[in-house]
Amino acid sequence: MSVTGLPDVVAVAARPPARRARTSLMIGLVLLGILVLVAILAPVLAPHDPDAVDPNRVLAAPDGSYLLGADDFGRDVLSRTIFALRVSLLVAVSSVVVATLVAVPLGLVAGYFGGWVDTLVSRPLDMILVLPALLLALSLITILGPGSTVAALAIAVIYLPILARVMRASTLVTSQQDYVLAARARGSGHVATMVRHVLPNSIGPVAVQGSVLTGFALQLEAALSFLGLGTQPPTPSLGGMLADGRDVLSLAPWLEIVPGVAIALAVLSFLLIGDGLRRTLDPDGVAS
Amino acid sequence: MTRTTGPALALDDLRVSFPSAQGPVSAVDGVSLELRPDEILGLVGESGCGKSTLANAAMGLLPESAEVSGAVRLGDRDLTILAERDLRRIRGDEIAMVFQDPSTSLDPVWTVGDQVAETIRAHRDVSRREAKARALKLMREVGIPSAEQRYGEPPHRMSGGMKQRIVIAAALANDPAVLIADEPTTALDVTIQAQILQLLDGLRQRRGTAVLLITHDLGVVAQVCDRVAVMYAGQLVEVATTEQIFSHPAHPYTEALLRAVPGTGEPGAELTVIPGQVPDLAAPPVGCRFAPRCPFATEECSIRPPLEGDEAHGAVACWHPRSRDREVTAR
Amino acid sequence: MSALLEVQGLVKRFPAGGPVWRRRYVHAVSDVDLSIGRGQTLGLVGESGSGKTTVGRCILGLYRPDEGLVRFDGRDVAGLRGSTLAEFRRRVQPVFQDPYGSLDPRWTVGRSVQESLEAHRIGSVQDRRDRVRELFATVGLDPALGDRHPRNLSGGQRQRVGIAAALASEPELIIADEPVSALDVSVQAQIINLLQRLGRDLGLAVLFISHDLGVVEHVSSEVAVMYLGRVVETGPTAAILRAPEHPYTRALVEAIPHPDPSRRFRHASLAGEIPSPVDPPSGCAFHPRCPIAQASCRIQVPELEPVGEDHLAACPVVARVTTRPTT
Repeated sequence: MSVTGLPDVVAVAARPPARRARTSLMIGLVLLGILVLVAILAPVLAPHDPDAVDPNRVLAAPDGSYLLGADDFGRDVLSRTIFALRVSLLVAVSSVVVATLVAVPLGLVAGYFGGWVDTLVSRPLDMILVLPALLLALSLITILGPGSTVAALAIAVIYLPILARVMRASTLVTSQQDYVLAARARGSGHVATMVRHVLPNSIGPVAVQGSVLTGFALQLEAALSFLGLGTQPPTPSLGGMLADGRDVLSLAPWLEIVPGVAIALAVLSFLLIGDGLRRTLDPDGVAS
Repeated sequence: MTRTTGPALALDDLRVSFPSAQGPVSAVDGVSLELRPDEILGLVGESGCGKSTLANAAMGLLPESAEVSGAVRLGDRDLTILAERDLRRIRGDEIAMVFQDPSTSLDPVWTVGDQVAETIRAHRDVSRREAKARALKLMREVGIPSAEQRYGEPPHRMSGGMKQRIVIAAALANDPAVLIADEPTTALDVTIQAQILQLLDGLRQRRGTAVLLITHDLGVVAQVCDRVAVMYAGQLVEVATTEQIFSHPAHPYTEALLRAVPGTGEPGAELTVIPGQVPDLAAPPVGCRFAPRCPFATEECSIRPPLEGDEAHGAVACWHPRSRDREVTAR
Repeated sequence: MSALLEVQGLVKRFPAGGPVWRRRYVHAVSDVDLSIGRGQTLGLVGESGSGKTTVGRCILGLYRPDEGLVRFDGRDVAGLRGSTLAEFRRRVQPVFQDPYGSLDPRWTVGRSVQESLEAHRIGSVQDRRDRVRELFATVGLDPALGDRHPRNLSGGQRQRVGIAAALASEPELIIADEPVSALDVSVQAQIINLLQRLGRDLGLAVLFISHDLGVVEHVSSEVAVMYLGRVVETGPTAAILRAPEHPYTRALVEAIPHPDPSRRFRHASLAGEIPSPVDPPSGCAFHPRCPIAQASCRIQVPELEPVGEDHLAACPVVARVTTRPTT
């Protein structure tokens, strides 16, 4: 309240600078930028054809030509990793984008209207949520058959209820704000109020959750491909490469290390972005 | 905009209750009140007396769970039975509202100018440029210096007083017949409060907007209101001209409330307090709801007194009104 | 006899961002002097950004002053350590605007009050229980309410609990920051009466911080008016309300909405906004809004000068006018 005067000003002034938030956001964005650039420029950057088999170089150690060594078919590990990164990022990002596009309107409507609308929207989503993620993905893949697209779809289904719940919770808070009531008092209809006032003020936590989930989606895609249920050979995938290298770990450790590091870096970049966003949007840590 | 000679807004035996674990809470209990064109009518009461519920009911903004009966008449329409779609056309156009805290009643993601223009575009088929021009004119009218520059500012860069001026500009955008101001100065500093009250008074005089000014502050009422309605525990206990209320309060509650204000009596003397607590509205006292705390209560008070009186002396809902000159007219 | 509390040249700044070499500051309090005698009540009045709350917190030792002295019972508060600090904390107690924030929601209010006794190591376990009941009675609360949680009390009852907790350590000075602002008029009257009665009966000194001159007029015979971190006028409340000297005080008094329709605002109230305490205006901070400002006001920070009996105002312009012999 303004009658107490200074504490407001002081609270603003005493808040530690958002420098740490900006640092982690920047590092995350730069890292992701590099990875995305590498993925996009894969055909240019890759020194070799990722599928070219060379019987003479089976499990060759890193050297001048094959910088990060070759796999059990004599394919260049660096080139395969670059192409695999492309697939993995695409699957991870598209799965979360699809989930968000569906989750945001659902959460918005459920949180804004509440009551039976909320029940109608939230209960089915809760039912998805109670199923173990991997089991859900496995059953979907069993029905639809393995592949990158199906993997992305499965991940989107897993994340849909999570993102919808975040959006709903955030909308519940925003809908109680005076400016939402004020907008209605000025004659704004439900849809206009939701889109113009509730949505932009509620989307922050979804962006945070979305970036973090993209990191996990990347891991999940790798796990599915590792099990042979995601991206199908011969298309290179980070998970698939890990699976291939598993048997020759002691002979050619680079087969595990290179895709492993790639996964770690990509996941890290998304987590850093998520963390930075969270701190920027919510410096006091209230919402978390 | 056309105005009839009748009241700008009329509440007719309005009742609002909310469900709760303890049974229905009767927040507004049989309130009948007329807001005349051009007047500022003060609606006074303490927390939980139902004055904000009444305001929301008048705007058709009550939550779905609320049970409403009686009528809220704006012109010849009853807002309590209107469909949401029709209500939407009226809100912000014929009846507008100013909220208590300007820091929370403006959307932080839109510029202040956009929020004024939005109100115009919600009701008038005008171009963006036309809406902006009108919004700028309104911003100047409510006393915002260098309106062009401030149009594109987000709310958080403005002081509380400036934000409340923006809220008022948005409320007046379509020249409503009725303005409901719910504690419009409570969140502001004293010197800024005086500015905003003078602004409201000036706008009322220039535009002829009827204002329902809801407040807990008797000082604010005395400064700008023509008439005053006093609410207690969901019931209207007294309606009279401002002069009458302050010189001859007729209801024991009004009288006690006036005596409780510091700065009116002898400094350092004991302030009059009202014994007891505000009743639980899930189980309110039968009859006059003030009776359990009233020093003049008798057995009669278990029957609800009607709000009766005349134009000159005002109306009071009490079996034992205080002022002698009104006792004659009250029965 | 020396004053119980003396504040001299108090300065408090808060960093408000900007790079280290060009750090900006909120000039919350600048060069404030106050003094309160035993059993006395001083009203401290101001609007947003006046620094009244910061003054209170500096006195309580919650903020360390950047410059100046806070002396309690003759001793510099900044130098207190260990047992003398604990003793100081026992003797000076705060009362907040809404004790909701200072009462643990999971504890019964009785236990919260008992905790303040424990914190000050007063009495044995049994004594403390009796003392809590006594304290509840002192502040006019049914001791049975001690078993309730804060959420089950009304605003007025919670404020009484807040006062009971403050009284637990038998303090000599109460710093009450807007103690009635969050309350309804009729409840406000109860709390004001209570504070006044306690001041009289227990010989308490009170610093009563408020934005409401009407309330301050009622509770204290002395008042200090603050604007943007400085005291602009101080003296007997009655004299200041009747004939305010400083143009800001004058505007503040005129802006009081009197509950009396015959005393409506006569002329346009003070124009303009309260400037930000970050980069306050130079010279007299009030000059941009002041109707009688002169060129010198922009440069010179005015000193408090006597304008009447025990009555000081920090405005050279009005001082010149008032000291001129009247015909």
